Amino acid sequence: MSFAQLIGDWHALAVLFVAGVVPNQIWRMLGLWFGGGIDEGSELLVWVRAVATAILAGVIAQIVVEPPGALASVPDVLRYGAVGAGLVVFLLTRRSIFAGVVAGEVFMLAGKWWLG
Amino acid sequence: MRSRFFIQAGRPVALPPLDSPQWQSPWRAFAWGLRSITQTILTIVLFVTYLGIGALAHDSHFSLLWALCSTLFVWAGPAQIILITTLGSGATVIQSAIAVTVSAIRLFPMVVSVLPLMRTPTTKRRELVFAAHLTAVTLWVECHRFLPQVPRKRRIAFVQGLGCGLVSVCLTANTVGYFLAANLTQTLGAAILLLTPLSFLFSTARNSREVADVVALSLGILLYPLAAKMNSGLDILVSGVVAGTIAYGVHWWREVRA
Repeated sequence: MSFAQLIGDWHALAVLFVAGVVPNQIWRMLGLWFGGGIDEGSELLVWVRAVATAILAGVIAQIVVEPPGALASVPDVLRYGAVGAGLVVFLLTRRSIFAGVVAGEVFMLAGKWWLG
Repeated sequence: MRSRFFIQAGRPVALPPLDSPQWQSPWRAFAWGLRSITQTILTIVLFVTYLGIGALAHDSHFSLLWALCSTLFVWAGPAQIILITTLGSGATVIQSAIAVTVSAIRLFPMVVSVLPLMRTPTTKRRELVFAAHLTAVTLWVECHRFLPQVPRKRRIAFVQGLGCGLVSVCLTANTVGYFLAANLTQTLGAAILLLTPLSFLFSTARNSREVADVVALSLGILLYPLAAKMNSGLDILVSGVVAGTIAYGVHWWREVRA
């Protein structure tokens, strides 16, 4: 990997600022500016939180359903199975994030090894 | 409901007593904040998540500098992943920006609830800008846990230390993940990419205390494949708004109407 590859091009960095930094940062700065008068328990914010959670859920699903890069080499059934196995262990261990992640990874790697 | 989570996560924190001379210098307070990253399991969860983000950036053909800049300047895992996956799958800049900004709305109530914990009557707004930038879900959780044990006039310095520590951990993780994805076999590369959806799923599920949170999370996952069939370029947004609104409806039905 060359030095130039690690830096990338300026166009991509400009896209990062326009599509990533500004649309994200604007909400923090609005919170700083107008924060005083907002009721944290208001119904609007309950809806905002629910939509934000569902969007994050969509991102999780997208990575598993339409996997990027090396993850695409893992068969569908193993990717879905890994999430399912992780979820079961997560629930059985009284919501241990660590146990869930490890179980999902072990399922995927064991399946890969078994399928050859 | 959220407070129960803090209590569960909250072992006694090893900080000096409130009246200790240790707190006289803001730099000392910064150092205590920095050191506090070793006091929380969430640091490991962040490390794992950002390992995945580094690998994801590599496999989606972004540069390492790009990945590090996204961590420094965006500093919100979900937004970074949305950005990488949408741009990587051919969305336009506008489409990505819309998806990112909708996911980032949740930062607004977070900042609103965290900043009063640090403010004193004489605090100027510009002194809080950096603390507001560092606010994301991990910092938000940790502030509620640590700040009661920090004297009010040193809280901004403490939070800046804690935030800088967490950012450094994530920059390191990004770099490690990026090079691992570049050099590992395909199977191990896939294992690193899988870390991100798993860690996000379980950390979000762990924070879900209300029925509406659980509905939003599970419906959001189930509706995405349907929304993706429409090929609108805004799949995540469509499934997110629909699932989130249904979840809000459930909340309304149970809480408000009653």
